[in-house]
Amino acid sequence: MNRYPLWKYLLLLFVLAAGVLYALPNLYGEQPAVQVSNAGGDAATQALVQRVRSTLTDADAAPEDITLEEGRLLALYKSTEAQLRAAGVLKRQLGNDYTVALNLAPSTPDWLRAVGAEPMALGLDLRGGVHFLLEVDMETVFNETYDRYARDIPRFLRDESIRYSRASREGDSVRLQFPNAQGLNEAQDALGGEFDVLRFNEAPDADNTLVATLTETEQQRITDFALQQNLTTLRNRVNELGVAEPLVQRQGESRIVVELPGVQDTAEAKRLLGKTATLEYRLVAQGQDAQAAERSGNVPAGTELYKTRDGRPILLEQDVIASGDQLVDASSGFDQQSGSPAVFVTLDGQAASKMFDTTSAHVGDPMAVLFIENRIDTRYENGEEIRERKKVEEVISVANIRSAFGKRFQTTGLERGEAHDLALLLRAGALAAPVNIVEERTIGPSLGADNIAQGRLAVIVGFVLVIAFMAIYYRGFGLFANAALLMNLVLIVALLSLLQATLTLPGIAGIVLTVGMAVDANVLIFERIREELGAGNTPQSAIKSGYDKAFSSIADANVTTLIAAIVLFGFGTGPIKGFAVTLSLGIITSMFTAIVGTRAIANLVYGRKRRLQKLSI
Amino acid sequence: MRLIKSNTSIDFISYGKYAIIFSALLILMSFVSFSMEKLSFGVDFTGGVVVEVGYPDAVALDEVRGALDEGGYPGATVQHFGSSDAVMIRLASEEGAESSEVSTQVMQSLHADNSAAELRRVEFVGPQVGDELINKGGLALLYTVIAILIYVIVRFHWKLAAGAVAALVHDVLITLGVFSLFHLDFDLTVLAALLAVIGYSLNDTIVVFDRIRENFRRMRKATPVEVVNASINQTLSRTLMTSGTTILTLLALFFLGGEVIHGFATALLIGIFIGTYSSIFVASALALRLKITSQDLFPPKEEDAEKASRVTR
Repeated sequence: MNRYPLWKYLLLLFVLAAGVLYALPNLYGEQPAVQVSNAGGDAATQALVQRVRSTLTDADAAPEDITLEEGRLLALYKSTEAQLRAAGVLKRQLGNDYTVALNLAPSTPDWLRAVGAEPMALGLDLRGGVHFLLEVDMETVFNETYDRYARDIPRFLRDESIRYSRASREGDSVRLQFPNAQGLNEAQDALGGEFDVLRFNEAPDADNTLVATLTETEQQRITDFALQQNLTTLRNRVNELGVAEPLVQRQGESRIVVELPGVQDTAEAKRLLGKTATLEYRLVAQGQDAQAAERSGNVPAGTELYKTRDGRPILLEQDVIASGDQLVDASSGFDQQSGSPAVFVTLDGQAASKMFDTTSAHVGDPMAVLFIENRIDTRYENGEEIRERKKVEEVISVANIRSAFGKRFQTTGLERGEAHDLALLLRAGALAAPVNIVEERTIGPSLGADNIAQGRLAVIVGFVLVIAFMAIYYRGFGLFANAALLMNLVLIVALLSLLQATLTLPGIAGIVLTVGMAVDANVLIFERIREELGAGNTPQSAIKSGYDKAFSSIADANVTTLIAAIVLFGFGTGPIKGFAVTLSLGIITSMFTAIVGTRAIANLVYGRKRRLQKLSI
Repeated sequence: MRLIKSNTSIDFISYGKYAIIFSALLILMSFVSFSMEKLSFGVDFTGGVVVEVGYPDAVALDEVRGALDEGGYPGATVQHFGSSDAVMIRLASEEGAESSEVSTQVMQSLHADNSAAELRRVEFVGPQVGDELINKGGLALLYTVIAILIYVIVRFHWKLAAGAVAALVHDVLITLGVFSLFHLDFDLTVLAALLAVIGYSLNDTIVVFDRIRENFRRMRKATPVEVVNASINQTLSRTLMTSGTTILTLLALFFLGGEVIHGFATALLIGIFIGTYSSIFVASALALRLKITSQDLFPPKEEDAEKASRVTR
């Protein structure tokens, strides 16, 4: 009477097999590896794999294997010594165009990788590293924006010959006072056409006064732009640090999370995150031979010698037309007429008028964009690593001036990818909205290792205690529950690996807690079976009604806990989320294993015995 | 093996009076403690800097304090952390710890004194982030309670829901009270533990409620008090078993899980202890005071109601 149809056993076996399969990679551990990536952030290619392989083989440091996954190149080694030696070789040979970082690669066998089985990712609290939360100072950005409009609007009114008596910035608005109502009306019509990102309202508290504020969409656009710009610059800078798997991610309205696994020198990291880049628009010096100047070292007066990105020398006029802090926006798109890729640039008022003066006098001449960044370079001298700060200046774009332009202009004649890259570089060079570190969490590597060891010990001891207790208290059925508990643990690990969730210390706590609570469903069922037996029912019907009657309690009890876990997930930041995830997964898997799993075993053991006299419970 | 006899018939409800006095005392103690000591919020909430430093050998706190004094941080709280070769340094927001540079400078002054000092952990939380976390944390507690309240009203009845929510507010208050009384650090992990306590406390209570519902159906002639008493007795063994296994694993976390997880394990241990007590003595007792009856859980069908009204007419 207590029999499961074959498909239920098969389902259970299938889930168990899949669970074991996907939990398995976590047992293989990790092996030392050297990670190589393009300093520019592009994905690594097969060509790079060839180059790394030959470089390493030539230096007698051939790796065990080289893998290329999702643009990450990893050279795998058996020992840490071999890894360190290879990293040294690669740093010396590849130069500064590539980032070489030490990493740990999961030594998952190929057959497991083929089915997509990967080990869980470890959180910073377990592997060591730095977590920064950066806040983009939007107040400063908006202040600057309103300051700029407080300069631009009066200039526009003067150009249009509209008389105004006063123009000033007041908080988050620009106030414009006019001598009479006619002036106000004229201005309102003219301004609305020119400044479509502003809203002009008549001041309620004063006559003939307009108040200009940014529209909501423009505010949102400025916020997004500032965020995007900071994300780009931060990513570039983090790449310089040579961190294996950095994370730079937007969080909420105005925050950025930066996670640098394995980094201990937080002072260095903070300096780098706070460093600056800028750019300058300059005319290319006409009638001068840049190559001759480079050979002889004689740079003509009033010019300066630079190099383009591909290494060609170029002479630029000393005079700066516009600099990065005057650049309002830069984005890539398509030219409306020709449809070819283009970069659209917007300058602020002051720079726009200088740009207009310059370009009207130099139609047909080439103009260049010079990118300036403070970078930290690593050199090797006599086998010693030397780090030095370096000012890197390079010309990122040269284009001919086709006609006079001012505030808004576009650069065409680029490939699509080039346009995208140039826009990114321009934005990186524009004055970034200032960022403040509002949260830092650093875990040293030894503490990370301690945390793993302690976490593992707590899971094992907790598990053994519960197993022993259950076996003593419920004997045969206790063993069924223990089998289910083991399966539950395997399933949680498998699901966490499959979801590529990050395991944190609170996450481990969640697993431990789940082990304690997972037996609850079984306790409910077993107590019910005991009751039914006590009420004089036959063992077979006691098993059946025990499972049936306990079900509604189990469901209700678990749903409420699940509600708490889900709220926790919604609230959670970082580590707390990890706890919520393991707790929720644990609730779901434990219901499955405790109800279906133990019932299957009970059915196998007792189900076929017609004259069953006694249960081991 | 059985620790609890299968046919216990303890009159839990008549102990109700004492339970109410006991609970009221505990809650009063919590409030008195809040008003005198407040909660000692960790840097997660107050903002500030925590630096954990490891030394190869045992280190004297005075030595560390001296180094910090010279580095310009006389207001730092310094204490051993876990063992005598690890030190935890805490600077509250008001003491100038408002920038992430502080941790760097703290390490510099420690290195100046003893170059073997090894940075183990830094937590810097800006004041605005801390404020946000307090708000978000409070809201999270509130949302959990509301979501659970709705679930229990839909699945059972508002009288039982009121009992359940009273029980879990009771559990959270007392757990907070214990934290305040013993000056335990209240950080993010403790908040997570409190939310888990809510889930757990409910879990326990719901199992009893489920039995109450079942028994109202089976024990037609019994009074509500008898039904509730029987239900608590029948589930007693399960309640204690589950709490037992959970407490076993929590003890493993408490003793072996390391310092970082200590507060979490402490909060859950207290919470589960109180939660077990409240699901036996508080939740159902309150539902009884709200006069829960069989009709509340099984409303008479409409036809029956019509018939009944015809008879009275």
